[in-house]
Amino acid sequence: MTSARQFCTFYLDHLLFGVESQKIQEVVTYRELRPVPLAPPVVSGLMNLRGQVVVALELRRQLELPERPSDMTPICLVVRSASGTVCLLADEVGNVVDVEEETFEPSPETLSPRLRSVILGVHKLEHRLMHVLDTDQACEVRVAGQVEAVEA
Amino acid sequence: MDDADDIVKEFLVESYENLDRLDRELITLEKNPNDCEILGSIFRTIHTIKGTSGFLDFDKLGAVAHVGESLLGRLREGQLTLDGDITTGLLAMVDAVRQMLASIEASGAEGERDDSGLIARLTQLQRAAEAPGQSAGRSEVKCEGKGEAKSGERAELKVAAAAAGAGGTSSEIGSPAISSPAILSPKTREAGLHTVGGATPDEPAPPEMVVEQAAAATADVADTQRGQPAARGQSASDSTIRLDVSLLDQLMNLVGELVLARNQILQFANSTEESSLLAASQRLNLITTELQEGVMKTRMQPIGNIWSKFPRTVRDLALDCGKQVRVEMQGKETELDKTLIEAIKDPLTHLVRNSVDHGIERPEVRRAAGKDAEGRLSLRAFHEGGQVNIEIEDDGAGLDQDRIRNKAVQKGLVTAEQADRMSDREIVNLVFLPGFSTAEKVTNVSGRGVGMDVVKTHIEKIGGTVELQSRPGQGVMVRMKIPLTLAIIPALIVTSAGERYAVPQVSLRELVRVESGAGRKGIEMIHGAPVYRLRGRLLQLVYLNRELEGSAQRTRLEAGRASRQVQAIEQRTAAERRDRDNQVVNKEVVNKEVVNREAVNLEVSNIVVLEADGREFGLVVDEINDTEEIVVKPLSKHLKNISVYAGATIMGDGKVALILDVLGVAQRAKILSEGREHIQSEDARSAAEDAHGRQKLVLFTGRGGTRMAVPLDLLARLENIPGPEVERSGNQWVTQYRGQILPLIRVSHALEERRKLPPGDDLQTLPTSDMLQVLVLEHEQQSFGLVVNEILDIVESTLEPQSPPTRAGVLLSSVIADRVTELLDVPALLSGGEQYEPVLSTQ
Repeated sequence: MTSARQFCTFYLDHLLFGVESQKIQEVVTYRELRPVPLAPPVVSGLMNLRGQVVVALELRRQLELPERPSDMTPICLVVRSASGTVCLLADEVGNVVDVEEETFEPSPETLSPRLRSVILGVHKLEHRLMHVLDTDQACEVRVAGQVEAVEA
Repeated sequence: MDDADDIVKEFLVESYENLDRLDRELITLEKNPNDCEILGSIFRTIHTIKGTSGFLDFDKLGAVAHVGESLLGRLREGQLTLDGDITTGLLAMVDAVRQMLASIEASGAEGERDDSGLIARLTQLQRAAEAPGQSAGRSEVKCEGKGEAKSGERAELKVAAAAAGAGGTSSEIGSPAISSPAILSPKTREAGLHTVGGATPDEPAPPEMVVEQAAAATADVADTQRGQPAARGQSASDSTIRLDVSLLDQLMNLVGELVLARNQILQFANSTEESSLLAASQRLNLITTELQEGVMKTRMQPIGNIWSKFPRTVRDLALDCGKQVRVEMQGKETELDKTLIEAIKDPLTHLVRNSVDHGIERPEVRRAAGKDAEGRLSLRAFHEGGQVNIEIEDDGAGLDQDRIRNKAVQKGLVTAEQADRMSDREIVNLVFLPGFSTAEKVTNVSGRGVGMDVVKTHIEKIGGTVELQSRPGQGVMVRMKIPLTLAIIPALIVTSAGERYAVPQVSLRELVRVESGAGRKGIEMIHGAPVYRLRGRLLQLVYLNRELEGSAQRTRLEAGRASRQVQAIEQRTAAERRDRDNQVVNKEVVNKEVVNREAVNLEVSNIVVLEADGREFGLVVDEINDTEEIVVKPLSKHLKNISVYAGATIMGDGKVALILDVLGVAQRAKILSEGREHIQSEDARSAAEDAHGRQKLVLFTGRGGTRMAVPLDLLARLENIPGPEVERSGNQWVTQYRGQILPLIRVSHALEERRKLPPGDDLQTLPTSDMLQVLVLEHEQQSFGLVVNEILDIVESTLEPQSPPTRAGVLLSSVIADRVTELLDVPALLSGGEQYEPVLSTQ
């Protein structure tokens, strides 16, 4: 029982993801973002989170998933990561689930390489798989290549 | 355990402060060995350290402090006179104490160390001048007694303070007693010291107060020896407290939030009729402003805090170099934000070291030059115009301009030609270029990794500027201008592509609103590079929306629309050039036409004139909103490497705005490439030359269709001048042009026949009917018109000489745009025949 961990789940392109609940500061509704010209595409913009300027990253782009349909309003997961407080944009927020260590498995080979680099593994839940997001990786912007591309 | 830790911590903090002061005091004392007040202060500090280390069981620290104290005791008794050796010894002791404190801070123990060498040295110094008939042992004892008496004196102060409190006396009586060591006049003080020591019989009788103090001291000795060491510290703590800096930072952040909330409320209150809300919000406004100032003040520190280390640095360095240097300070109390103090510490230290190492000459050289053997290094700080000015001046040899020039050319930082054109001031400021160092020999003093370019980068990073003035033979002055604080800055809010941006007001020069319809004034294009004529100077323009393009994030349509307009103008201009039926090449006309045809809202342009790195440029924005105090929020590290932003801020309506980094914008727009071009010429046009040695050229034909070119950066305008407007003046063709007389030179004559024709001959062929194609060129403040057959195009090309010049007046021949083209040597044309000597323009 000691190995039980709590995850906050969310959906991205019909996939279920989970982030350890301690890493989530809060979940807030989408608000207008300030776009940042010249920033890498993953950066959706800047958000005013009660006086703090927080960068918002589009998780779909980060995971190289298809773009979100324009009629869907994202939700903001505010996470604390190695790169500071970051807001991750996801499609929809799910339940908080408790999982046992035993249901964990490393990422399946069949996932896209990009997806595999950002998730730690999967938990086999009762009905479906939950991808465990590596928040530090997810909040990292692969700057080198992208910025050069922009500069060029 | 915690208590003990706290005591140690307090001991460390206090000792560090005291040691820093000690360095300074020892240097002062060396200059003036008879200053008993300073000697007393040094003695007290060491004694305190000794006492506390005994109390806290730091034996090694205690031992070192003890010999130091003994030595100081001898000095105080007048048995020894302070000289260079003793000062060095004492400084070594201070260093050892500092090392041990650092070790205690890190590990809780003094560490494995052997100070017997130092102790022996200090003891030796003590004995060196020992009076005959006094044994070492006796002297030790005497010094010990001295120390007690001394600490007793401090204890007495405490007693005095307590007495004042107990007796219910007013603080006017109490406080002078507390601070008496500092306040007593030097004379009284001296007298007091001698009385306690009883060493000098020829001293005048001590004033009554001192006698009382001494009496109290003796009475209290036993009590204080083991007690709290710092009676002085206690008296200070009545009025000051130590604070964790992070607490202040937090407070500062909160005030920042409050400022934002205030802005929001003000905005809201102004939109209602509710008078009580308005009144309350006005009060809130006032209070917030005051609170903001107050909190900012808590973070302010006097610049003396970092300066205090310099006398020691300079002394050590001067000894190393065999020089004599005196440090003078003015405006030590000038305050600036703590973070800024930290940021300028290294650059300042570097400049000071530089002055001593490279600036001030050796004593013999100085004497030979008729200067005082002792060099002077002055540090000055003062507030001016909302900024802090810091000046570092030495009276050394100054900078060798020829050497700098040669070095810069040799290192390829500037071309020889550029170097020749530079003013003296520009030359000396070359030392700020990366990779520049003229030190002839590598010493352990210089070349420690912080070059002048790093100094400049550091200062500019915090929004400051640095410049250098050199007077050969008289010294160098470096002046820095530093903002007071970084947290809250005044900024101009502008809108571009529907988004707001904040421009720090430090870089702002002026705002210009251009209406293209009004006469000839408007935005002109020189081959796609927009410029504006601002009071006779060409101001290079940067379209903010265009510079911020290229992002996949750009969702706003406006950005695209505005830039399409600009592109359309360029295309139009290019088309116009090709389509030469019309022969109209005056860009202004083209521009006006296009503006009329294409975009109504471009008729009004808002230009924000900014200065970056000493160079002005115009930033074209859609709208200029307002000035506002903004709270600077750092950008997350995801965005740190986008150089055009300095940070973000939250506006009154709660939305986020980006703060522009003016230097970054200029660099991105290639206004300043590599930070070098700005020194080539103050004229914005030289930026037409891009970083890769490619140059923009104007192509035209001379007689018989020979293709020729001149650099675009010499070109002021292209004009069509009707033949009848050409007049004759002396031996020249001239025309009236913009209220001036513009000399005209026919390119074919200038090149082919100028030497053969007798003066005035070509005047016979004065044209009467045709339109003349004229390139109005400017060189070294002179304007003249070059009459050509046909203007072809403007191209960008690298200039590789493919054949030697074919004739005089031609710089080289090269293949440009697939045709052999001669590049004209404009200066040579100008200085050619007498008859072509242009008159100086009176611009």
